[in-house]
Amino acid sequence: MTNGGPTRDDRWQIQVRGLHKSFGSQEVLRGIDLDIERGKTNIVIGGSGQGKSVLMKHLMGLLQPDSGQICVDGEDIVGLDEVAIGKVQRKFGMVFQYAALFDSLNVVENIAFPLIERYHLPKSEILDRVRDLLRRLDLANVPGVEEKFPGELSGGMRKRVGLARALVDRPKILLYDEPTTGLDPIASKNVDEMIRRTADDFGVTSVVISHDMASTFRIADRIAMLYDGTIIACGTPAELLAAPHPRLREFVEPSGAVKFGASS
Amino acid sequence: MSDTSPTNPNGGTEEFSSARVVRLVGRVFGPLLGAVAIFGQHMMLLGRAFTWLFRRPFRLRLYLEQMEFIGVGSMPIIMLVGFFSGAVTALQAITALAMFDQQRWVGYGVGVSLARELAPVFTALMITARAGSAMATELGSMRITEQIDALSTFAVNPVHYLVTPRLVASILMLPIMTMVFNVVGLLGAYIISILVYQIDFGQVLELFRHWVDPLDYVQGLIKAVIFGVAMALTACYQGFNVRGGAKEVGRATTAAVVSSSVSVLVLDYFLIEIMNVIWPSHGM
Ligand SMILES: Nc1ncnc2c1ncn2[C@@H]1O[C@H](COP(=O)(O)OP(=O)(O)OP(=O)(O)O)[C@@H](O)[C@H]1O
Ligand SMILES: [Mg+2]
Repeated sequence: MTNGGPTRDDRWQIQVRGLHKSFGSQEVLRGIDLDIERGKTNIVIGGSGQGKSVLMKHLMGLLQPDSGQICVDGEDIVGLDEVAIGKVQRKFGMVFQYAALFDSLNVVENIAFPLIERYHLPKSEILDRVRDLLRRLDLANVPGVEEKFPGELSGGMRKRVGLARALVDRPKILLYDEPTTGLDPIASKNVDEMIRRTADDFGVTSVVISHDMASTFRIADRIAMLYDGTIIACGTPAELLAAPHPRLREFVEPSGAVKFGASS
Repeated sequence: MSDTSPTNPNGGTEEFSSARVVRLVGRVFGPLLGAVAIFGQHMMLLGRAFTWLFRRPFRLRLYLEQMEFIGVGSMPIIMLVGFFSGAVTALQAITALAMFDQQRWVGYGVGVSLARELAPVFTALMITARAGSAMATELGSMRITEQIDALSTFAVNPVHYLVTPRLVASILMLPIMTMVFNVVGLLGAYIISILVYQIDFGQVLELFRHWVDPLDYVQGLIKAVIFGVAMALTACYQGFNVRGGAKEVGRATTAAVVSSSVSVLVLDYFLIEIMNVIWPSHGM
């Protein structure tokens, strides 16, 4: 480590240094250095099973690293006790890969869950906030949506309900785990728009894990590529296109979504 | 430990010396240590579930839901099994007692068997099959669909939210269902002995009242509480520790039912031994 860890800098919301994590004998993360820019859409790309979800769970303290530092707003969150980590986690909202809605709760109860667990708000206020989000995420016009259970929703609707649940407590940082995987092109375009709009409307910092190259280059402010347990390339889309890492080229080119070398 | 050189891990003359001994010892004691470790993990889960019981918030709804599922939901099967257990035990007892022309003892025999053994053990096995398996499946699928991770993102402790209510509900409901089993079992015995075999009810009741001790019921209920802990704990442990996909959930469910049923029977033996020490005069 050259400078003894990250320094406090308002440009970066999250700074990761030297993050290592193994499961048994499997070394998943081997020295991740990653900066997440405040108020921007930061996208992490990488192949299946490379540890993207594991990395994301570390960012909000759901997993403890074997070694390394994770600073959120300049505060190292590694090794914090349950109460302190709970405070840090309130800054985050997470949209899970498969939405992870609670099967036993209906749509409204799912979205209201963070509010009910964290605060003692009057029922009417909770319902107002939930309905407002349903409207903003184009869910309000689905008949009877409020009383539906997750099993009765389509994949795309489930994702949006998951997003609403992540947004309801107005987090500063939103983590999306593969928001467009498994959606048709139109639905994934809608999700992209939703991510963009959420970033603009709510002024949040977004961290998005993605396989989808077209959408990555459409919405990213910054891109980082995870390969073999480390970040091998990192920068703005233009920077990455100008000087592509060979692995990145291999990963992106088959999709035909973007052309390298061209001046952008 | 290992003095085989790292460059030559599986060859050389050391094959016959310490490395081999280490491996042999490992093969013998490895599974044993594994079992001890798993037992330890169960106990840690139990400890965490109980400490969370005394922390806020107390989510009454979760407790009531589980009590309804374990108790009310199991009522039909418990009544069915209870009725036939009582009836069959009465039938066997009558056949045996008839050899001495002492059929009037049937009430005592059935009453004590139900109170001390049949009711707690059968109730625990039935509820394991029904509710224990469902607990393992539910928690397992919550695990693989990341719902358990999602709970922690809202600063909700998953043990607090999922395990504690199931444990407490099992502890409360197993003794209650055991009493239901007792009552229905006696009803079955009544129908067989009094209505079918026409044994004199007055004599049967007299002997039952005189010889069946409330302590028999107390012992049965103590067992039921402990079986409840064992069932909820194994089911939650298996469900919680699922890794992978839907197939693993099925495997966890099977493992939960098998290991919880086995532990009920093994615990039953040890509890009998312990209770015979605590209440020595009461032994049969
Ligand atoms: N809790 C865990 N216990 C053991 N191994 C794990 C655990 N979580 C993840 N892994 C392993 O870590 C590796 C990376 O998993 P991860 O879910 O982060 O992949 P990913 O990059 O998100 O892939 P995908 O794009 O398919 O979602 C996998 O090999 C997985 O088996
Ligand atoms: Mg993933």
